[in-house]
Amino acid sequence: MESVVSFLAAAIVAGTPLLFATLGEIITERSGNLNLGVEGMMLMGAVIGFLMGLKTGNPVAAMAFAMVAGAFGGGIFAFLTVTLRANQVVSGLTLTIFGTGFSSLIGKSLVGQVTPPGVKSFFATAPIPGLSKIPVLGPILFNHDVFVYFGYVTAVLLGIYLYNTSKGLNLRAIGENPASADAASVNINLYKYAHILLGGALCGLGGAYLSLVYVPSWQDNVTAGRGWIAVALVIFAAWNPYKALIGAYLFGGLDIIGFRLQGSAFQVSQYLIDMLPYLVTIAVLVFVSFKKSKKNAPPKSLGVPYFREDR
Amino acid sequence: MFRIIRKNAISNRDSIIIRATAIILALLVSAVFLAALQLNPALVYQGMLKGAFGSVYSFKETIIRAIPLLITALGISVAFKMQFWNIGGEGQILMGAFLSSFFAFNFPSMPKVPLLTIMMVAGLIGGAIWAFIPAFFKSKWGTNETIVTLMMNYVALKWITYLQNGPWRDKASMGFPQMPLFKENAILPNVLGINIGWIIAILLVIAMYIFMNKTKKGYEIAVLGESEKTANYAGVNIKKTIIIAMLLSGGLCGLAGTIQASAVSYTLSVQVSGGVGYTAIIVAWLGALSAPVILVVSILFAALIEGGSYIQTAFGTPESTALILQSMVLFFVLGSEFFIRYKIVKKSTHSGKEVV
Amino acid sequence: MENKVPYVCMKNIKKIFGKVIANKNVNLTVEGGEVHALLGENGAGKSTLMNMLSGVYSPDFGEVLIHGKQVSFSSPKDAIESRIGMIYQHFKLVENMSAEENIMLGQKHKIFLSSSKVKKRVNEICSKYSLELDLDKKVYDMSVGEKQTLEILKVLYRGADILILDEPTTVFTPQEARKLFQIMNKMKENGCAVIFITHKMEEVMEISDRITVLRKGETVKTLNKIDTNPEELAELMVGHSVDLSIKRGEPKDNKVVLEVKGLTVLNEDNLEALSNINFNLKNGEILGVAGIANSGQRELCEAIAGIYPIKSGEIILEDENIAGKNPRDIIKKGISMSFVPEDRLGMGLVGSMDMVDNLLLKSYHNQDGFFIDKTPAVVKAKEITKKLKIQTPDVFYPIKNLSGGNIQKILLGRELDSNPHVLIMAYPVRGLDINTCYTIYDLMNEQKEKGVGVLFIGEDLDVLIQLCDRIMVMYNGKITGTVDAKNITKEKLGLLMVGKKSESEGKSVV
Repeated sequence: MESVVSFLAAAIVAGTPLLFATLGEIITERSGNLNLGVEGMMLMGAVIGFLMGLKTGNPVAAMAFAMVAGAFGGGIFAFLTVTLRANQVVSGLTLTIFGTGFSSLIGKSLVGQVTPPGVKSFFATAPIPGLSKIPVLGPILFNHDVFVYFGYVTAVLLGIYLYNTSKGLNLRAIGENPASADAASVNINLYKYAHILLGGALCGLGGAYLSLVYVPSWQDNVTAGRGWIAVALVIFAAWNPYKALIGAYLFGGLDIIGFRLQGSAFQVSQYLIDMLPYLVTIAVLVFVSFKKSKKNAPPKSLGVPYFREDR
Repeated sequence: MFRIIRKNAISNRDSIIIRATAIILALLVSAVFLAALQLNPALVYQGMLKGAFGSVYSFKETIIRAIPLLITALGISVAFKMQFWNIGGEGQILMGAFLSSFFAFNFPSMPKVPLLTIMMVAGLIGGAIWAFIPAFFKSKWGTNETIVTLMMNYVALKWITYLQNGPWRDKASMGFPQMPLFKENAILPNVLGINIGWIIAILLVIAMYIFMNKTKKGYEIAVLGESEKTANYAGVNIKKTIIIAMLLSGGLCGLAGTIQASAVSYTLSVQVSGGVGYTAIIVAWLGALSAPVILVVSILFAALIEGGSYIQTAFGTPESTALILQSMVLFFVLGSEFFIRYKIVKKSTHSGKEVV
Repeated sequence: MENKVPYVCMKNIKKIFGKVIANKNVNLTVEGGEVHALLGENGAGKSTLMNMLSGVYSPDFGEVLIHGKQVSFSSPKDAIESRIGMIYQHFKLVENMSAEENIMLGQKHKIFLSSSKVKKRVNEICSKYSLELDLDKKVYDMSVGEKQTLEILKVLYRGADILILDEPTTVFTPQEARKLFQIMNKMKENGCAVIFITHKMEEVMEISDRITVLRKGETVKTLNKIDTNPEELAELMVGHSVDLSIKRGEPKDNKVVLEVKGLTVLNEDNLEALSNINFNLKNGEILGVAGIANSGQRELCEAIAGIYPIKSGEIILEDENIAGKNPRDIIKKGISMSFVPEDRLGMGLVGSMDMVDNLLLKSYHNQDGFFIDKTPAVVKAKEITKKLKIQTPDVFYPIKNLSGGNIQKILLGRELDSNPHVLIMAYPVRGLDINTCYTIYDLMNEQKEKGVGVLFIGEDLDVLIQLCDRIMVMYNGKITGTVDAKNITKEKLGLLMVGKKSESEGKSVV
């Protein structure tokens, strides 16, 4: 029982970077734009966050810079696809290539360095008084660093934003039928830019968590494909921030399960276990498409640029 | 105040000018970036040209790099024409290489010609099977192919890693786990100093051009890519067309994998694909999904990469520089599409000065 | 007539799209408390003009005054703030949201959505204008009439006193149209200016106070309704006197060429889109199909054409049961049937390809071998261009850039070229100018002369009554009646269209 609890707790930690990236991409896709540059934005956030963490020793500054870096990546994508109406799939892929090169380049001098103590201590485990003492749930949910808690809060805030505010309503309409939103005097381009940038910032944040807290040191390609899993998780979560919580932590568990199974009676090669997150993603996608309900459908205008004067 | 309206048509000359401008702008911005790294951009670009075409040796190296890029891009373009976003080139390359390596490792004493033929067929089959899986799910339940093909890349990668560290590991090698080298019979011969892949590539360019433009299947793929409803109306067997197109797409990628494993790496490893699966997507897109243009773009891209490799040793620039340059060029070309399709017009005031 | 200041005043308006002059020399004045009709045929520039009033487009030249103040709109938002409300022909509603959510869209609220406030205000508006709507209903569950009511509510909620209705009755039964007119009168009584875009003259004569006629993008004349008549209006619309009658020849023989028995078809949600359909089509007759949208017309066409799965029933064409067979099998049996679908570029043609490639769409697979020989198609393309007077730079030009009329001509040209025995046409004249419409009616009569059985799905009841021999009415996947076109009225058709079977008249003449 003890090991199951600790496994689940570790799953939450492992799932946190996935959560931020997924939430970021949900927001972006809700505005009708498919940004496949998640991996790139995560890497940009990871390297800039780490760099600024080293330079300033200030954890909040590090995270802020990570968000700016991610947003910058998002900004490139937004400019290309919203203003210049470029092909979204290719633009996103290019952003990933750019982000990979960018983080590799800047990270060259950072390889092997570890998170400075000032930053590290900020992200030390901080059990929530009272809540962390609840049997079973306490250690799983409430015995983590502040970043994990921030993840819970962000998901809930985004959920409330999306479903209970007027701006969230406007956003959902843009994703479904931009022409309707436009006729209702919603400023389409403003919303798209704002949400793509916010989405990028969240991805950057997820990346910074990896380099500053999870690993915690700089390695080349520290995200190791998590950005792509996040893109799949958006579909799994049916574009719903609350469901993203479930998906992210589930995959966090899959991420670390190989490590946990080592040394147990279950003798399978590390590398085959490594396949699990990806195989499960495929299985989930097939299952979701098989079920095919109206509730879980993607935003109708996803991937299509909006042009008011289209004749 | 400005307004944006669609252009009716654009001359070929104008569109080439716009694209060329984009590339020049990309080089300029990259120059700024290089300068920030304390490098002289002019020297760097010169170095890249030299590294790509400067000598007979470097020219050959560029072509060798272009071969898998070209073949994979041809494969990707078939899928893309059908609006099937096959991001799985990387995995299809690896699985093609895997299946042909099976024969290379297990039948080393088979004579060269039959062995190589079997290996190439195996490459086609390996890649085709890997592409069949996402195609099957898409045609049956409409499963999002972008993510599935992508995930398959990682599965393929982990599979090869597993083999590299486990059952197929070279017992003789100390230290770093790798697979044994192919025996002589499993290695593709050279023609004019470059592995025979270049002849295969050129033949494929011609074959694919004919296939897409002059055959029934090519026509059906284009119709399906435009609209599924229209394809249905025309009586096209949609499921079958998706599967055939994807078998072809994956098969070509797999063949590229075989060529790489046999003629460049001389073994199977995770490095066999080397990111070609992703770069080829860009090449296919830049090549407007047309075989002859893809041929030109592949060589240019290979030059970019080969040049990047050269300056890495010559100037000590990190490998990632090439990635940044690639993405810069791409960003600008993506952006230039806008100026090809639309034009900006000044809005007139009510007093009526028109500016068009 | 209340205020002296007109609500809307547009002077010398000009609008150009690329090489096309959509509007020029346009002058329009609309007063408060009147219903003003904007009449013109398809392509005359009515929608473009109103899109300038609603902020979607901006005029290239000229001025616009709203309530006497000069305005320059750069987006729909500006128009809404000037209290202009546009009700589009193609609804701008978010399908998977409720009526209430659609009304709340784009509003400047406080942060959180407040349902009760919205409901209260909407209920006030509803009682003022005699409107009815369930606010919690999702748009995808609504009928066309309800959707339009929602659009009207949206606009009134934002305080519009200038309402623009763009071809509102296109998909209505006569009864629904009447209901809309009542609402429009209510708005007029409340002092609103109501602009009503249409190409149907009978409606204009019924509901409007004044009429402005547009032709080829220009305002031709503004008249009071009482001073004019349909003939004069038609002449102003087209530029010359128009014979509004459609000739109808006598049907040739009485032999049945297509017989449908017990046809039942399920849609994607596994509900019956067609229930037990029985009818026949004779050689040399035009059988019209009337019905409100989504009554099963599309499924009927596609099922007969062989591109929609069938649950049960028989489709007997030339003594062969083709139910469930796909189009290629049908051709193999030697049966010649052509289908002109409603969705031209989305189904019948490939927009990015040229005319030659489009002509090959259904015949390419007949060629032997792997390759396609395009030379015969090139010859055919040139022939058809000449015969149907298609305007295109050449036969290798991508067809999506051509006008709607020319695109439809290409589609028709291809389908008629195969000399079918049965011709199915779904909304063939939708969105086309008068000349092209009459060309198509003539083509249909030509086919009828040749002995072809024509199944014609149409939405203009006047055309159906004039052109067809018999008219079959569909509602909710069933046939509610089949009538002789010579003896039927629009009102009776309207009743059948909403599922009320009439007693005495209108029994099947089979």
